[in-house]
Amino acid sequence: MNPQFEPIAGRYLQLELLGRPHRLYVEEAGQGIPLLCMHTAGSDTRQYRGLMNDRRITDAYRVIAFDMPWHGKSSPPAGWQDEEYRLTARDYVTMILTVSDALKLERPVAMGCSIGGRVMLHLALEHPERFRAIIGLQASAHTEPYYDLDWLHRPDVHGGEVCAGVISGLVGPEAPPAERWETLWHYMQSGPGVFKGDLYFYKFDGDIRDRVGRIDTRRCPLFLLTGEYDYSCAPDDTRAVVERVPGAQFTLMQGLGHFPMSEHPARFIEFLLPVLEKIRALPGGR
Amino acid sequence: MIEGLAESVNRDAALVRRGRYVDTTFLLDLGESVHLVRIVAGRIMAVTPAPPLMPEFSFALRASRETWVRFWQPKPAPGYTDLFALQRRRLLRIEGDLHPFMANLFYFKGVLAAPRALGGRR
Repeated sequence: MNPQFEPIAGRYLQLELLGRPHRLYVEEAGQGIPLLCMHTAGSDTRQYRGLMNDRRITDAYRVIAFDMPWHGKSSPPAGWQDEEYRLTARDYVTMILTVSDALKLERPVAMGCSIGGRVMLHLALEHPERFRAIIGLQASAHTEPYYDLDWLHRPDVHGGEVCAGVISGLVGPEAPPAERWETLWHYMQSGPGVFKGDLYFYKFDGDIRDRVGRIDTRRCPLFLLTGEYDYSCAPDDTRAVVERVPGAQFTLMQGLGHFPMSEHPARFIEFLLPVLEKIRALPGGR
Repeated sequence: MIEGLAESVNRDAALVRRGRYVDTTFLLDLGESVHLVRIVAGRIMAVTPAPPLMPEFSFALRASRETWVRFWQPKPAPGYTDLFALQRRRLLRIEGDLHPFMANLFYFKGVLAAPRALGGRR
């Protein structure tokens, strides 16, 4: 195998975020319509490696992803050692808008998975004018806790092992083994308490059931794609959103689970390309 | 499936290695029968009928016969692929001293999924 660089470029961005200085890791590939991608809880931007390495995507889209604070190569803010990390809906939305502004993105397409899929619904409701389209992967209006989250962060259980163990069954059965275990490895590398802190948004603060029906897709098109084998955000959970949001477009992704872009990039891209084509064809889409 | 549990776990060297610090007895309730599964250093040493009175175990996994049959299909349907999928749908109860289970979650998911390799025979 000849050594070769991937077309992905990563940099560190210093910015004021949520009232404090932060150092965030940002990576991107491609040119064209900006496509800002949000990773899942307790993971990082590596989940989008497949998209950033596929010219069918990057010939028309500038794919951008950043590690959220506390995740991947983005540090927690100074003083973190005395805090409990908990992601709130307000901070999550503010973070995405702040980073988008800092990168001078002009009406990007936003895409996110799981907690990232949920926050897409918040963006579609509260800030539709900021995006030319929004894509939610594994997006539901709410998820009831189905295990005791305290197990995710305690000194007598290895955090990386238990976080990856909890989510391992969410990977679809057709994921190639290398991609499956790459996806799990990201969870194994997550810092102590970070996955649990993200789930505060997913299972408590990010509940948008009472408002999701007010999303106006005439102001910003909304595409929702969900993997068949996900039991955290099952296809019926996304369908329940679609039924309440006129104009929302749903795609069932057969064979895939909760991490489509990471567990099986090749299969996922086949489902994503038609959506990206539709967005390019929108009035003013280019 | 319960007859093949020990063999399907013990012949999987990677799974046994993953559980090399596991030393416990857990209760497996299959609906129609209840078993104690004794594990030492990641290997299943014995699967025995649980005594009806005063069984001793660390944690218990309880589901109906129908649920286990679906779970142990070689290619389970959506919703039956994982212990946590069953728990999310309230088809499985995980009870007792959960520390050995959660501290070795990958291992125990592997143990309970191992009979799938037997090809769905019962």
